[in-house]
Amino acid sequence: MLVLDRVVKTYPKGSRRITALAPIDLTVRAGEFVAVEGPSGSGKTTCLLIAGGLLDPDSGKVLLDGHDLHAMTRNQLAAFRSQNIGFVFQQYHLIPYLSVLENILAPEAARGRANGQARGRELAGQFGLDHRLDHTPAELSCGEKQRTALARALLFRPKILLADEITGNLDHVNAQIVLGYLREYVKTGGSVLLVTHDREIASQADRVEYLPDPRELETPR
Amino acid sequence: MSVWRLVIKEIVRRKTNFVSGLVAVTLAAAVLAGSMTILRLHDLRTQRILARKEQETRQRMAVLEDDYRKIMKNLGFNLLILPGNQKLSDFYADDAVSAYIPDTYATRLAEAKIVTIRHLLPSLQEKVLWPERKRTIILIGTRGEVPSMFRDAREPILVAVKKGHAVVGHELAESLGLRAGDRITLFGRTFTVGQCNEERGSKDDISIWIDLSEAQGILGKPGRINAILALKCHCAGNELANVRRDVASVLPGVQVIEQGSKVLTRAEARDRASKEAAEALAGEVGNRRQLRDELERFSSILAPLALLASALWVGLVFYTNVRERRGEIGILRALGARTRTILRLFLTKALLMGCAGGLAGYVLGTSIGLARQGEIGISFLDPRLFLLTFCTAVVLSLAASWAPAYYAAQQEPAEVLREE
Ligand SMILES: Nc1ncnc2c1ncn2[C@@H]1O[C@H](COP(=O)(O)OP(=O)(O)OP(=O)(O)O)[C@@H](O)[C@H]1O
Ligand SMILES: [Mg+2]
Repeated sequence: MLVLDRVVKTYPKGSRRITALAPIDLTVRAGEFVAVEGPSGSGKTTCLLIAGGLLDPDSGKVLLDGHDLHAMTRNQLAAFRSQNIGFVFQQYHLIPYLSVLENILAPEAARGRANGQARGRELAGQFGLDHRLDHTPAELSCGEKQRTALARALLFRPKILLADEITGNLDHVNAQIVLGYLREYVKTGGSVLLVTHDREIASQADRVEYLPDPRELETPR
Repeated sequence: MSVWRLVIKEIVRRKTNFVSGLVAVTLAAAVLAGSMTILRLHDLRTQRILARKEQETRQRMAVLEDDYRKIMKNLGFNLLILPGNQKLSDFYADDAVSAYIPDTYATRLAEAKIVTIRHLLPSLQEKVLWPERKRTIILIGTRGEVPSMFRDAREPILVAVKKGHAVVGHELAESLGLRAGDRITLFGRTFTVGQCNEERGSKDDISIWIDLSEAQGILGKPGRINAILALKCHCAGNELANVRRDVASVLPGVQVIEQGSKVLTRAEARDRASKEAAEALAGEVGNRRQLRDELERFSSILAPLALLASALWVGLVFYTNVRERRGEIGILRALGARTRTILRLFLTKALLMGCAGGLAGYVLGTSIGLARQGEIGISFLDPRLFLLTFCTAVVLSLAASWAPAYYAAQQEPAEVLREE
């Protein structure tokens, strides 16, 4: 279970502070698919990075199954992340010189343990990528790229999948395919936190949280 | 998917980046291996030149020695055989002869047929007061011949002294107004002056030579002599020991002295020649050393410069690589990569670059260094130089990439992942 407890993030800009993420409370239980919806600049990506321990909040806590992410050291957090958290981004962030299969297996390198071969092939098959295993990302369609990124994030069955606007570059059909996979994943006991500006996408989640428009929040310090 | 595989794939994908770093490492290693090889070649060449020079000198000395031996052989040399108990100091000081040997020794020696010894002249000499003329003279009894060896160094001339005749030294003849054919009385006996010698500037000028048996009679030493002069002996100087041994085996209790300055002359000439040779050799050594010093100075500037330039270049190559791979580093961090994984990602690449560069640099540098080795056959693989070059290349590559790799590991992934 992921808990965001009064998490806030601001950035200094001259004499003012820009609020990147207004205070937020959020809980994602095991087997739950939660969407966070908000307009551009409302702090969706910021929220996700904080939830995954990649960015420190100004205040507040992030707990995953009771572990305070931001109380850990860098390397503890890395190890914890490799076992519990999966990330998918709108820009896929595939490694350009690796094949599809190698990209799916990239977490092995990060983890320092090579035991994902079978699971990687299984995921590739499941996501309709069998015929693309040897291809490099440059040779893939956007949908294929996103499915590859998704397979990579799910390789070691993370407790929670953090997905940032992952349908943004996809057509309706492909977006639905990807969302289908997310729903399947929660059925097998995983949890998903999806951030999006797209109301229609968000509505397919079990639960939707809203981020306010930042322009309403900005106040002189 | 291992880090190793990731590194290889990345290298294959971004060849230019890797190759440009590799070239820098290779060149630095080549400069190192090349200059070391050239220095080694120089040393070997020096060794050869010196060995050849030494050989030449030895040969020249041998030829010289041989020449001298031939000259000396023709010259022959003179031995003086004295009674064993004759004190040489007394003998040299004032011809004080105090020991005697039987005159049969001369015959015995002659009959022993020692090939090296010729012209045996037994003599009996003593410093005495000439009673009739009140003069101190050296009375010398010889058997038949008087040596006048100082007149011509090459061919001692022997002057016979007949019985009843006397040969008178220059000083005596002058001061007493003696001429050939005059009659003189010596210890009551009458002699005819057979010859007056030319001035010799030695004790010879106050000597009188008479027949040995007559001298033995006058001096009351019948059958005794105190020296045997062996003239024109044919042997090399260093065989004197052999002659001594030969003589000693025939005549027990005598001592053999080599007379004259020829031995010294020969030794001096030899010394001078060898000194000259040694100086020439030392000059050559100096030249070679100076050349080596210059070479060494040159490479001691060039090699570190090459290493430094290469390190800077490799550092830059890695920095560029890190900048280019920020997204990749970010995603690996998001996937749970630790600091050391990111470090490994770059340092493994650097290690490969160092190994390949060290290998290629050794081959290149050694090939260039050995290109003009000429007749000197150096084996291509010098394990110690190889190790030095290889390790230097690896250390250089790792050290130069350390800072960029560390910088990569410290990157915050959030920044990169949020981009676009
Ligand atoms: N490093 C930073 N320095 C200053 N301001 C930042 C920084 N990162 C984010 N912000 C600001 O924080 C706010 C939230 O950014 P964030 O990227 O989380 O928005 P978002 O909701 O993901 O927007 P979008 O839908 O366009 O991706 C933005 O106004 C942005 O300008
Ligand atoms: Mg965003």
